[in-house]
Amino acid sequence: MKVSRILATKPTKIITVGAKQEIRSAVNMLAEHRIGALLVVNETGNLIGILSERDIVRRAAEDEDVFSHTIGDVMTRNVRVGLPQDDIMSVAHTMTEGRFRHLPIVDDNYDLVGMISIGDVMKAQRDAYRGEIDTLEMQIMAGED
Amino acid sequence: MSEVGTKENPLRVAIVGAGPTGFYTAEHLFKHKELVVEIDMFDRLPTPFGLVRAGVAPDHQKIKSVTKVFSRTAQKPGFSFFGNVELGHDISLEDLREHYHQIVFCTGAQTDRQLNIPGADLEGHHPATEFVAWYNGHPDFRDYEFDLSQETAVVIGIGNVAMDVARILSRTEEELAQTDIADYALEALANSSIKKVYILGRRGPAQAAFTTPEIKELGEMQDADIFVLPEEAELDTLSQELMASGVDRGTARKVQIIQSYADNKPSGKSRKIILRLLVSPVEMYGDDKGRLTGMRLVHNELYATEAGTLRPRATEQFEDIEAGLAFRSVGYRGVPLPGVPFNDSWGVILNEDGRVIDPDSGQPALGEYTAGWIKRGPSGVIGTNKPDALETVEKMLADLADGLVLDPLHPDAGAAEKMVRQHQPNYFTFADWEKLDALEVANGEALGRPRLKFTSVEAMLEAAGKKATEPVV
Repeated sequence: MKVSRILATKPTKIITVGAKQEIRSAVNMLAEHRIGALLVVNETGNLIGILSERDIVRRAAEDEDVFSHTIGDVMTRNVRVGLPQDDIMSVAHTMTEGRFRHLPIVDDNYDLVGMISIGDVMKAQRDAYRGEIDTLEMQIMAGED
Repeated sequence: MSEVGTKENPLRVAIVGAGPTGFYTAEHLFKHKELVVEIDMFDRLPTPFGLVRAGVAPDHQKIKSVTKVFSRTAQKPGFSFFGNVELGHDISLEDLREHYHQIVFCTGAQTDRQLNIPGADLEGHHPATEFVAWYNGHPDFRDYEFDLSQETAVVIGIGNVAMDVARILSRTEEELAQTDIADYALEALANSSIKKVYILGRRGPAQAAFTTPEIKELGEMQDADIFVLPEEAELDTLSQELMASGVDRGTARKVQIIQSYADNKPSGKSRKIILRLLVSPVEMYGDDKGRLTGMRLVHNELYATEAGTLRPRATEQFEDIEAGLAFRSVGYRGVPLPGVPFNDSWGVILNEDGRVIDPDSGQPALGEYTAGWIKRGPSGVIGTNKPDALETVEKMLADLADGLVLDPLHPDAGAAEKMVRQHQPNYFTFADWEKLDALEVANGEALGRPRLKFTSVEAMLEAAGKKATEPVV
């Protein structure tokens, strides 16, 4: 099962922000779109970082003025990216071991095509297992006829 | 008018496509006892069950027994089947909008991905899907021809469809005669000269897409041995690390089986299946008549992507193999439906969790939904479409609760039936299918086979006593 399977049923519009915007606006966007991370892009649309709820909480613990900081100041810069052809199984392993919950997906030209969350990955795996169990059960039942 | 979904005003749903997903969608809808729902299911073929009939290999009858569950759904009050009725040909999307509150597209992934290498257009190279549809008696493919006078065939790809093709090519007449394979295919395969079947996988043993029972089955053939090259069965360092992390027991079992084949010695069986790993075809060769004669393979090595997937990368090492017949099975895509938004990137209907999305507004298209392979792309087993259909049904019910349904001109069963009859007087009901089913089983029984399929729409019409029907206006 590939990452493209998750992207196929998600909104095609990718929500991005600029590094110069304030954390305040980022928080509003996270709440408005009910998401856990924002992709940060430069003027040409290239990915330069990712801003997650966790980044904001961590900074808030140290600095109560976090809302007026810029996104570029708080975001995670070293972003790991995935490909639509990546296997969901290995992505789940990498995200769990690396302890990150959002993975931007790029194409071969490194252009952004979407983002998946650990929740998306878990749901895809859960549905795959449910389907397999259902099919196996049905075959066992058929064998007993 | 009273609320939609009540006895006075039932929720009228059109499901386009009578494969597993269509039936799972219907099943989920019928589970809501508080909801009065009427479901009309359409299929372009007279017969229901989609790929269970036309895709699942004939030597996997047990998998086909899922149709019993689907048939029970079809008996529910409020369910109607309209077979032999094609959207965009016999009826239009507008016809559906005039007769239903909600429309669900479950048309599957009907086409295969191309192989973009020189020589791919040579005669003798086919999409595996065409061969599968042919041996399964799909009416659109019954007249296709495959040159089984060749001695060597190559199956490109390493998923379960590739396994099916390799197995069917390697079965004996005796083995095939116990299945419901199309009669013409049984005859052609009984006279086949194929002695060697290559299966080509781009990646290594730990990345093979086939499932464990499928690879195990290849080691249990009546008259075919399976071989794997020891050097290709060995795990590379990256795969070893991944396996050591205890990622997946299923993969470990699969690797074990593949590696056990590397020890196989010829046992005197007359056919050979050769599973090749870490190779990709880069060019196909032909003779002066444009017929396939062989192909060049490049050996691959694996590298890890940032997200941890092991992917193939070509090396400088090449080899040539001779083969007069090749089947590609390197992925599938959905086919756009007339008037329904399509997401070309992933080959699916443009959707968010099953709601069809209008590309102009970015908002859901009122009353239109999708489920199954045409929603998420081809993945998983038959049962994977059940949770997938459930997600779509949840969205349908949420929208119904918010009053977001179509407002059809004729929301009643009689009007819908009349509309279908006007456009396609020879439509098949589920009772027609049951008649056909009983005949197929009886005809098979006489030959000691699970069923003998009708393989042309004409023969189906005749068997169902429909041939003389005049259009009714």
